[in-house]
Amino acid sequence: MSALTALAQLRAVRDGSAQRITTVRHCHIAPRPLVFIPLKLAGEAAAPLGAMVGTDPHYPRLLVVPQPRNRDLRFAFAADLAEVFLPYIEGFEKTTETVERKTGDPYERCLDAPQILVPNRSAVSFTGMLGRSTRFRRADGPYPVHPSVPLLGRWLTYFADRSQQPGSSLLLAATEALGLHWATGQSGLEDANLAALLGWIAPPAGMSGRRAAEEAEDPLLWPPAGPATDPGFDNEVLGPAVRAYEEAPTERAVERVTQALRTQLEPTWKLMWRAVEELRALPEGARVKDRWEIDRGSFTRFVERITEGGPPQARRDGAVGAAARLAGLERARASYDVQRAHDDPLVMAEYRLTGEAFAGTVTAADPEHTEGEGRSRKLRPLITVETDDPVRLALGTTVGSPDRRGHAAEIVEIADGEITLKITKGMGRGKTPAPGAVPEPGERVTYTSLTDDFQSSASLPDPEQTPWTHGGPPEEYVPSDDDAQEEWS
Amino acid sequence: MNRLDELRGPMPSHPHDARAIAALAANPGCARRGLMDAAGVDKDRTARHLGFPAPFGQSQFAITRGNVFEALVKENGCAELLRLLRELLDLPIAQVGYQDVESVGSHLRHSHTRALIDRAAREDDGAAVFYDHPLFSLEIAGHTSYLEPDVVAFQIGGRFRIVEIKSFGLVDGQAEPEKVAAAARQAAVYVLALRTLMADLGHDPERVSHDVVLVCPENFANRPTAALVDVRKQLAVLKRQLARMTRVDRLLEGLPPDLTFDLVPDQDGVPTRPADELAGALRQVPARYAPDCLSTCDMCMFCRDEARRSGSTDLLGRQIRDQLGGVSRMTEALGLAEGTLQPAEGQEEIARLLRLADRLREEALN
Amino acid sequence: MTPQQEAAAVVSAVLADLPRNRGVVVDSPPGAGKSTLVVKAAGHIAETGEPLMIVAQTNEQVDDLVERLALEHPDLPIGRLSAGGYITPGRILAHSNVSVAGKLPDLGDPAVVVATADKWAWIGDRTWPWAIVDEAYQMRSDKLLRIASLFERSLFVGDPGQLDPFSIVDGDRWAGLSWDPVQSAVSVLLRHNPDLPVHRLPVSWRLPASAAPVVSEAFYPFTGFRAGTSHADRSLEFTVNGMRTSYDRALEEAATSGWALYELPSRHTVRTDAEAVQAAAVLAVRLLQRGPVAHSERGSHPVTAARIAIGAAHRDQVAAIRAAGVPEEITVDTANRLQGREYDVTIVLHPLSGRRDATAFHLESGRLCVLTSRHRHACIVVARAGIPELLDAHPSAEPVQLGVPVKFPDGWEANQAVLAHLSKHRVTPVG
Repeated sequence: MSALTALAQLRAVRDGSAQRITTVRHCHIAPRPLVFIPLKLAGEAAAPLGAMVGTDPHYPRLLVVPQPRNRDLRFAFAADLAEVFLPYIEGFEKTTETVERKTGDPYERCLDAPQILVPNRSAVSFTGMLGRSTRFRRADGPYPVHPSVPLLGRWLTYFADRSQQPGSSLLLAATEALGLHWATGQSGLEDANLAALLGWIAPPAGMSGRRAAEEAEDPLLWPPAGPATDPGFDNEVLGPAVRAYEEAPTERAVERVTQALRTQLEPTWKLMWRAVEELRALPEGARVKDRWEIDRGSFTRFVERITEGGPPQARRDGAVGAAARLAGLERARASYDVQRAHDDPLVMAEYRLTGEAFAGTVTAADPEHTEGEGRSRKLRPLITVETDDPVRLALGTTVGSPDRRGHAAEIVEIADGEITLKITKGMGRGKTPAPGAVPEPGERVTYTSLTDDFQSSASLPDPEQTPWTHGGPPEEYVPSDDDAQEEWS
Repeated sequence: MNRLDELRGPMPSHPHDARAIAALAANPGCARRGLMDAAGVDKDRTARHLGFPAPFGQSQFAITRGNVFEALVKENGCAELLRLLRELLDLPIAQVGYQDVESVGSHLRHSHTRALIDRAAREDDGAAVFYDHPLFSLEIAGHTSYLEPDVVAFQIGGRFRIVEIKSFGLVDGQAEPEKVAAAARQAAVYVLALRTLMADLGHDPERVSHDVVLVCPENFANRPTAALVDVRKQLAVLKRQLARMTRVDRLLEGLPPDLTFDLVPDQDGVPTRPADELAGALRQVPARYAPDCLSTCDMCMFCRDEARRSGSTDLLGRQIRDQLGGVSRMTEALGLAEGTLQPAEGQEEIARLLRLADRLREEALN
Repeated sequence: MTPQQEAAAVVSAVLADLPRNRGVVVDSPPGAGKSTLVVKAAGHIAETGEPLMIVAQTNEQVDDLVERLALEHPDLPIGRLSAGGYITPGRILAHSNVSVAGKLPDLGDPAVVVATADKWAWIGDRTWPWAIVDEAYQMRSDKLLRIASLFERSLFVGDPGQLDPFSIVDGDRWAGLSWDPVQSAVSVLLRHNPDLPVHRLPVSWRLPASAAPVVSEAFYPFTGFRAGTSHADRSLEFTVNGMRTSYDRALEEAATSGWALYELPSRHTVRTDAEAVQAAAVLAVRLLQRGPVAHSERGSHPVTAARIAIGAAHRDQVAAIRAAGVPEEITVDTANRLQGREYDVTIVLHPLSGRRDATAFHLESGRLCVLTSRHRHACIVVARAGIPELLDAHPSAEPVQLGVPVKFPDGWEANQAVLAHLSKHRVTPVG
């Protein structure tokens, strides 16, 4: 939370409508995402109640568990869900591109990848829980399930895990994706309500965002977006319907539960697609494609893992796996932060506010300035930038610019709103700088100490080589019968 | 403390239940909440009558599940609980006694609890006993409050432990950290209450363990599992909060003598007092609203509405107020940002920052 | 036992434990002679003729250690491994028994090799019989995982009260795991090897008798330590008379009692509160003007700018204080970067001064511990009034993870304890 976002929130309150906090979109929105709205039974860790799921806004698939305490019905639900998820995912597995590498052999990467959209953070957790409770099941043995169930479990686990990766768009929570781009006139806690958040961002015609958000808090008008249901609905509608099914599990009883859940899911289904429209309408940031490419790579590797018959993901990370994952997450976090600032002047403004970046106009340039003598003579162009920003960068700091990729400079002097920079990278190999490589007087430029180059971390031991300080080599995880038969009551 | 009875009106005093305790821990500095709780006002009912019901419905599925789970843990004189404790604490006990304190009338429950605990602490015969539904008391803001904990106290050899049964799941050894934190804060209140009682009875309060037992369903099954939660931090915080809390008599001091939160119930207990009038009375006592109240306090919707009307920056959360250098009104902050308002003394810096933020926003968006 | 004897007994016990255990942990409160122990242990191991690797966390810490080792053991060949871009400082070059290189083979074959944990992680295919890991509580366990196969046995030394290692990403996923990568190296080591001996250095040689009990009670509530010197051993004297301004009164209070709280009127401010920043800078300037002389068990010396530090929580505050006209030689830095350093007098901008929201960042006890435990003579805290009320209103409501040992002290508690002490040394500006 910065003063910039705080200001946007105050404006939102005054104007009664959400305010943009970015100029571009920072997440990928697929042409054909899979919207998934799960509901769970109150008081349970992972008992599905039903879900609305699909890729076509006009044809949602509604899946229900007419008696959510019944284990067989739950697995039937999981199998139904797999029928929607798996063909969608498999649709991306076939078409690949060949990627050349500087070192190592070329490899194949899927041209596109699936994208799952859920309403909120809790739905992401629930997706993980559903994955956890299904991925160890087996199609044979004492409690056999449909073979698609454990496969679905592994995919759900994959998506939930991947959603922790900063900058990944394989599984997105709508409230988070929207909140990344708009500030509302309510607190973060209230923003977790999808209907209220969208009320601020895109209120119905003739209604203020504030009013729309207020209305959205009425569970009768706008049922919660799940996975938790409205307690009033549970007590007055769902409870009796489930009891009726228990007494007589007829088609009609199933239909009653189905209709009840439809009333709770349909409004959110519409909201989800509205959220997609709102996000899609934003121009895409320049590096969103790069990050999606990383997502495609990750997806391809997981497809391979499944094809090769690898075991389901372990319950928890081992010592080496945890450290490797942490390193990956940290690298992704740093790179995501930098990329957003470089793609978006409004995000960059946050850094200008804190003095880690500045923008201004070039007042002087010495593009052929050199340093050193003889063979060690180097081209080091100098420019002077005039800025009103409160710069808090020390002399000697290396800075980069969103305007020129691969460009680097060093701060030589700071005095009275004038900053002199020595360009050290990105001006070509010639004796004079490449055309356009050195900003010219009158040009508007931005510089920041945020740069996208990271030192790779040293390698980790193989898991079998885990040292004594970390418990020694772990026992290899072998999926057990107990795992496959775990109670789900 | 007659004044407190007057504040409440003819309704019976509402005990400090789990939610009141959670609200106390979440917002100890709120005078409105503090006074209403001390007076035993039914905040839920008050909020409903004001037209601002709190959004805390409970689903029958959750209630049923909670009850079924609790019954499972407690059936046959807490046999399952004994098994869990034996494993968790490595206790060599085969048998355990079971005392349901609820079996006596509600007015006697506190003294009964007291007598049972005293006896156990005195006659250390090595026997193990569970005490179900004990009723504790605790001095809060200079006023004795009765706590109705939904816990079991366990005693062996004159040493006590609080056992909390919760129906949220423990999946692969982990539960939702917010839920565990809430359970730990609650349990700390009971540990402190029990320790106070022990000291009161002349026993060593340290005989009540700071490690409480949390019993939850394991993974996705209904089978219970137990974990120890060290509540020393929560205890220390609670003690300091209680010690520093504005005393109720201080809160009462400045109030108009005829002020009351009485709902004026009719014969059937239906409130008849005009809601506007009641709202006016409540506004005499300042609240300290924060969005976190929305998940803890029955009065949250009323106080949020009040914060909205007054244009308070608290509405947007604690963090934002910090970002705004403590400027308390939204219009004021906007005026400073847009240059329509001259900064008052001491506001020069935040004004400069907001002006800059405003300029940067305009520049980026246009 | 005298403090000297007490400390010596612990050091002997540590050295005796070394060959008997795979790992030995030594907790060292601020200024308790951690570096002395490391140097001594290094000499002890070198005598056996077996090679030793030493791990520190930052390049500066490595250089400090190399310098001390070279001074104390002038005949011991010492290697300093460095990464690209490292410029060898003069204080290292001055020692003929130190070689510096980027690769192990280029060092020759010194008895002792010192490098940062990051650098060690790139060294494979060799095993050392001995290692010493310094600042082990500030080292994240994933770093230890990368280097632990390099040594057979190791001494882990560090201060458990200072800032914990952190990550820019959420580590909840690993909560409760014994190998949680975002926990410190020591906590992971001890969870897997609970039988390893843990020693505690019992005496702070840095903190004066006025500070040791305060810091000990607030930040080391269950382990505690005492000052190695008495009140009579240390004093701070001004050779230039003061003028009864509030700044002078604060300086005199600090000189007399070891502590001062320079308390500005209560107000919510932006982080770089100009008044508080100004006060910190003026106090530092005024301190120098008063010609301070420090008397201690080591003799007397004038307190020069190099012996004064100003500490703050955030980098922007540091920049603002720097810009407020503090002499170049005075250190102005964040708590993170002041870890492990020592001064005669410190001036601290209280992390919660002027705040409306006491976030977890401000409440982290390690930060306040670092800031209030760098001084040999006196510590002056600059703060807005109202912090106790802020703490009251801001409950400590951290999420609780099952299976994670509770870490003491609680930041909320520690803050209250320090403030309670400071309130006895309050000076308020007049008018």
